[in-house]
Formats: sequence, C-alpha cells, structure tokens
Amino acid sequence: MSMPSADELFKSIDYTPPATGWMETPVNFAPGNWCYPAKKEKVEYMQGYLPNAFGNPREWSPEDADWKLPPNWKEIVMNGFRERLDKFRSLKLFMDICVRCGACADKCHFFIGSGDPKNMPVLRAELMRSIYRGEFTLAGKILSKLTGSRVMEEDVLKEWFIYFYQCTECRRCSLFCPYGIDTAEVTMMARELLNLVGVNTNWIMEPASNCNRTGNHLGIQPHAFKDIVDFMVDDIEEITGVRVKAPLNEKGHEILFITPSGDVFADPGIYSFMGYLMLFHFLDLDYTMSTYASEGGNFGLFTNNETMKKLNAKMYSEANRLGCKWILGGECGHMWRVINQYMDTMNGDLQGPQMETPRNPITGTVFHNSAVTKMVHITEFTADLIKHGKLNLDPSRNDRYKVTFHDSCNTSRGMGLLEEPRYVIKNVCNSYFDMPEGTIREETFCCAGGSGLNTEEIMEIRLRGGLPRGNALRYVQEKNGVNMMACICAIDRATLPPLADYWAPGVEVCGVHELVGNALILPGEQERTMNLRQESLPGFEDEDDDWTPPNM
Amino acid sequence: MNALYSLVFVFILVLIPLFAVGAGHMEFGFGVCIPYTAFALFLIGFVWKIIGWAKSPVPFRIPTTGGQQLSYDPELFKQNKLDNPSNGFQTVVRMILEIFAFRSLFRNTSASLHETKGGPVVAYASAKWLWLFAILFHYSFFIIALRHLRLFLEPIPFFVKGLDFMDGILQIGAPVMYQSDVLIVAGLLFLLLRRLVDAKIRYISLVTDYFPLFLILGVALSGIWMRYYAKVDVVAIKELTMGLVTFNPHVPAGIDVSFFVHVFLVSTLMVYFPLSKLMHMPGVFLSPTRNMPNDNRFHHHVNPWNPDIKPLSYEAYEKDFGPAMAEAGLPLDNPENAKAPEEA
Repeated sequence: MSMPSADELFKSIDYTPPATGWMETPVNFAPGNWCYPAKKEKVEYMQGYLPNAFGNPREWSPEDADWKLPPNWKEIVMNGFRERLDKFRSLKLFMDICVRCGACADKCHFFIGSGDPKNMPVLRAELMRSIYRGEFTLAGKILSKLTGSRVMEEDVLKEWFIYFYQCTECRRCSLFCPYGIDTAEVTMMARELLNLVGVNTNWIMEPASNCNRTGNHLGIQPHAFKDIVDFMVDDIEEITGVRVKAPLNEKGHEILFITPSGDVFADPGIYSFMGYLMLFHFLDLDYTMSTYASEGGNFGLFTNNETMKKLNAKMYSEANRLGCKWILGGECGHMWRVINQYMDTMNGDLQGPQMETPRNPITGTVFHNSAVTKMVHITEFTADLIKHGKLNLDPSRNDRYKVTFHDSCNTSRGMGLLEEPRYVIKNVCNSYFDMPEGTIREETFCCAGGSGLNTEEIMEIRLRGGLPRGNALRYVQEKNGVNMMACICAIDRATLPPLADYWAPGVEVCGVHELVGNALILPGEQERTMNLRQESLPGFEDEDDDWTPPNM
Repeated sequence: MNALYSLVFVFILVLIPLFAVGAGHMEFGFGVCIPYTAFALFLIGFVWKIIGWAKSPVPFRIPTTGGQQLSYDPELFKQNKLDNPSNGFQTVVRMILEIFAFRSLFRNTSASLHETKGGPVVAYASAKWLWLFAILFHYSFFIIALRHLRLFLEPIPFFVKGLDFMDGILQIGAPVMYQSDVLIVAGLLFLLLRRLVDAKIRYISLVTDYFPLFLILGVALSGIWMRYYAKVDVVAIKELTMGLVTFNPHVPAGIDVSFFVHVFLVSTLMVYFPLSKLMHMPGVFLSPTRNMPNDNRFHHHVNPWNPDIKPLSYEAYEKDFGPAMAEAGLPLDNPENAKAPEEA
C-alpha cells in the first residue's frame, strides 16, 4: 500500500459529512483500516487463565464476510453489556446523559486528521448508545428511528471493531465535555465486549499474553533480558569508561525498578534505559530490577479489567518476593494511568508488610503523594535529586539538541504529571521550547498509536491521527529550530519517530532520561566525546561528520 | 428532517389543548388532571433514574485530570487545585464551577485546517459561543422557573419578589418585560440554529435533540403570549395553582386557553424529562470523571466487585524458564528448577 505524501494527505481531509446518515453509511473493511486479529493460540492461552473474559479463539479475517462468530454471539454481547451497565456507573451514565452538543467533535486527533464523522467522540459513543437505547430502553424499542436507536446486528459489531480500535483512549474529548463523558471508558467497555466473542487484535493480545508468561510485552525471556541489559552496560562503558551495575532479580534491596520493556528493546528507548542505569550507578542506589516483573506497561488496560489486574499484580508480588520497600517506575504513559488510577484499587491488598511510603534515600524526601501505591515516577525522583543538588550535570552535552516535550495523554489527563518532566529537561538541556498552547499539557494531542494501535498495518490511520501532534511539532521546528522531541512514554518512543518523519521531518525522539544520561557526569568517567547515541558531542566532531549545530 | 418531525410534534402538542379546552371545554382535565399526573411521573421518573445510576458502583477512581497533580513537593510543582483536585473540598469547588459556570465547555476551541505557503497548518481558536448561549439559556430557564414560585406560594417569599423585580429592572413596556424571557428565546434559537447550520452537528442530531428545543421554545413562547398579548387573568390562575398545591383543585372561570396550552406543554416536558437526555441535569453530579479527587496514589479506593485474580506466580515462571535463568546466572529460588525438564 502506498502512502500519500504529507501534503496530499492533508489536502484529502474533508469535514463535510457523507450524504447518507451514519447508520446507513457502510464501513470500509479494506486492509489498512483494521489491525490484524489475534492469533488463535494467544487467545487460547489467555482464555486458559481468564475464561470469563475471552472467547472464541479461531483463525479469522476482518476482510471476510464471515467473522466466524459463535452462534449465540448476540446473547453473549448483550448479556455482557447488561452486566457492565451494572458494574460501571460511568458506562450507565455516559449512555444516558450525552446531549450531542458536539463540543467533543473536533477535539479528537482521529477526526481532525480523517474527517470521518464516526471519529467524532460523540458519534463513536453513539455507535454503542444506539444499541443501548434500542435494546435496553422502552422509548428506543418503540420509536427506534426517531430516538436514534437500533438493535444489535453483526454489522454493528463489525463497525464497533473498526471504530473502537480507532480510539486511543486518550481522554482529550473528556476534558472538553461539559459532563465529563469519557470516550475512553466507552471504548474500554466495547473492547471488553468484543473480546468476549473473539473480536480482537493481535497487537494487543500477543503483548498481553507475552506479559503473562515472560513478564513483559515483548516476550523477552529472562536470560535474553539479561543479555540485552548487559549489552547496554557494555555500551555505557564504551561511552563513559564506567562499568555500571545492573542488578536483576536480586533480593534484599530497598527499591524495585520497573520500566516498560520497550525501553530495553528498541531504539530510541534503550538510550533512556541507559540513562536510568547511569543515574542509579551515580547514586549507588540500593535497587534491583526483575525479569519476572519486567514490564511497566499494561496491555490489559486495552483488553479488559481482568487482564489489567492480572498483569499489574506482578509488581507487588515481585516487590514482596524480593523484599523491596517501594517501587520506582520508569517512563511510560498508560503504565502510569494504571498505577495512578487502578493499581491500588485492584491489587493494593497484595502489598506485603515490608512495603513503606517511598522515601528518597539520597535526599530524605518522603513521597507522601504515593503513600498508598508505594510507587514513584522516575521524573519525580530525578526532579527531587536535582532540586537538592545531588546530581552532577553538564547540560552542554545536550547542546546538539533543541528540545520540546510531548505530554503523554495518560500522564496528562489520567494523572497530571506535567511539570516534573519539564523541570528535569530544563535542568539537563540548555534550549527548551514548548509546543503551542492547546496542544500540550492537559490539552496534549495523542501520538495516535496509544491503546495498542501502534502497529504498522494501520499506518495511514496513525499518520492521520498524528496530524495535530505533528503539525504542532513542525511549528516549533520552524520557529525555534527544535530537533528533538522528548517524551515519557515507551509507546511514544515507538510511534512518534514515524509521525515526526512524516509531518516534521528532521525531528528525532528521545526519552527524558536519555537527556539525563547525556548530561550526568559519572565519577571516574573518561572524557565524554559522544552522547548515548554514540554521536559526537559538540567540539568532538570527526572530520567527516557533516553535522552542524542548528541555525548556523 | 429530524428537525421537521420535532417541529410537527410540538405543533400537535399545541393543537391538542387548543381543541380540547377551546372547543371541548375540558378545563379540569387540562388544568388539574394532566398537570398532577405529569408532575407525579416527573418525580417518579427522575428519582427512579437517579437510583438506577446510583445502584451501579464506581469501581475505579477515574477523574479526568486537567492540570498539574498534587506533587510530593507542592512548592516546586504547584498543584492546579481546580482542575486536578486532590481532596473532597477541591472536588466540590471543581463541581460547582462545572455545574454553575460550565467550566469544561468554557475551554471549547474549534480546530481548522489551513494551507499556507509554509505548509499545512492546524489552527485552534477559542470558541465560546456555545458556552455563552448555553449559559444564557440555562440561567434564563432557571430564573423563570424560580419566578413561577409566586404562583405556588402564599405569601410570596422575598427572594421571588426580588427576582421578579430584578428580572424586569429595565422597565420596558407594560406589563414589564422580563429579560429572562428574551434571553431564553435567544439561547434556544442559537442552540437550534447551531444544530441546523453546522454540518457536523446536524449529522449527529436526532429527533430527540430537536424535540426538547422546540418543546421548550413552545413553553417559552406560550408563556410570553399569555403575559404580553393575551394578558391573562393572573388572579384566576393563581387561584388555580394554589388549589393544586393545597390539594383543593378547582378551575376558576375566565382563564384564557393559552394558559392551558402552556400548562400542557410544560406537562409534556415533565413527562419527557426523565426519559430523555435532559437527565444530564442530575447526571452531571454523578459523573465519575468530575466528581472524584485524583487521590488514588495516597487514598485507597474500594471496588466492591474486585475480582479474585492472582498473577501468574513467580514459582510457575521460574519453573518455565529455570534452566535458562540458571545458565544466565540469574538467582533461583528453587535450585531444582535449574535442571532441564527431562532431568527433573
């Protein structure tokens, strides 16, 4: 499939709705509009552990007319719907109170970039509300057409599959809704129902099942995990001359460190991982990592609440087994939505008596704001160290970069971690520029690959949804010469590079702790001539290095 | 089309009392029986719906955070207490602003695409018209409802008299024009035109979106007609309404038919209210993304149906990968696991 150029794609966006009503407008099932379905064995594996949350493992394709649904699929979905109305007040309320004012319509990145009216949050939720009214309300049953109601049919289920996997659960619409209706909640419920009848995507199911077995989404087995970490220790030694420690599965340490596995696996996440290791070495921190709990992220959040709970529970279990007092969490978006809003509710009872309110052993700061979860965000930890002057930093080592910061949806609208990362960046870099108002902080735009959509087969959809972020990035690129977008999310680090290449070519993507690692002066280090990417530092360019500082 | 259906419905609703009272002399039915029944259905439906929502628990604490969280170092990182509340008091303030000032709607922006010499630009402009007219409509409606208390209370409480005076303070015309009457019509017309003119909004609008607008417009216009044109006998009407509240209903002679049209439309609104999206009024109070503090990191929140799900155990994990772990030099809890399965 050929990708249109950025200009062509931009010109193709049309906000005029189709002539036909949305219930009559057919859905496009051509490849490129959907993520590949989950492999049969992955569904079977998860079904073995959570038989009530998954169903119908099989080989199937959304392109086929027959999705091989179970004969009683409608009964399963409608019973599941009814059950969730009784379990989640959010769902019940959000089905009833929307007035369709449309304030959310142009807040969704997928609508802004596609013009498809079913990507307006209000209409995305109406796909489900119409069924709610048609199946569960008297008025909807009698006056179906007039009240925008319909009954559950196979075409509706297929439409749900397309559009509830074109929502990244970013909650931007929820911020603007006068009643706080959160499409992320609706999408989560729809995905739970779809999973009951085996309508699923492999990009979510495989990481979730991997995480259950190997401890991380990428399916890295413990010995391979150790190899990768050792490899990064070698790289750090090459760059700095210092051999840092990287403890794994060791008992008796104060802190358990957990970060998304994307950070150990792929460029540019690995540079942030190296930054973590260097920071902990600098501090001589009493910590360990774990291969069993080697995943900060949680693709259960994109599947159903049962899987989310099962995967998340490893964190406390492992802290208990290793005897750790508290957990330090790495840079990840949805991981922190789970930790902030779900973790203690789901799994707080698993905490062992050895766990304590986190206290920074270097500065003595007590993190009262995580007294119950016992989990601190790495940028909170680092900001505290910087404030107390505990780090030896040389920000000029990042002078190659003019940096901006992409707020992750989840840490912004599901937590409110806005200033901590900015504080860290400004202390380790000399030039920092925010993207325009309306595209950052609580109004930040999604990378368009969140909630398990960061897969190649829907690249055009992702790039369309990436328009608002990409365009804001291009603005600071042209105005301020920004050439590096920092973020605190492993999914961002995977999804933003293609987005930047498309909408703002020339801008790279990094984690905040990559910048920390570059600036951090390790005791006994050799003269640093390269950054963590092994690019020459200013003043150490090779003869054949054609890099010149921006704006010169 | 949906708008037209709704308009026709409301016309029919106007015609019913016009004929029934004007030609059929069913004053008691339309002045007493229907309002009583409608009010009862309103109360029952309203309470029923809220109980229905309240019966579903809130398993997770999911506020939408619209600003900086409460930090471990509140001086270094100043919390946005209004948009990211961390305790009950701050949450109440957030709710008050949401309910009385439509704070989230005040954020509204409109996105637009522009092709410039420098390349494509996505622009966001402040768009507060919806907020403004929504405020005008809702507050006018609220004031008008309060003003009507003078028909149901004797003596008339001071705040109703004061409201009456303030609402007519411009002293235009006789009887004196209420500003709220003008503003509610202006608000309704804006909300209606917006649905008809903006293609996106027209696309999502259902009969159930136009119908309440036309119905409330009908209520407002019939009220205006009674006051300024038909100049109805207010003393007789108050005799009727006081009869209703004292459960001593009777219909005095000489009440204009326009009163019965007004009452019938209000009765329809009362019956329709609990069945419809108009329940956003009580619903906003229960919205879990707004009415909870963002405090789940330091306050335990209980999920009453928290399922009994345990993680895959470390023991099972070590059994699965034991030999490879041993070879890589990773510590094992159970040395037996170092052996390959066939040896064990």
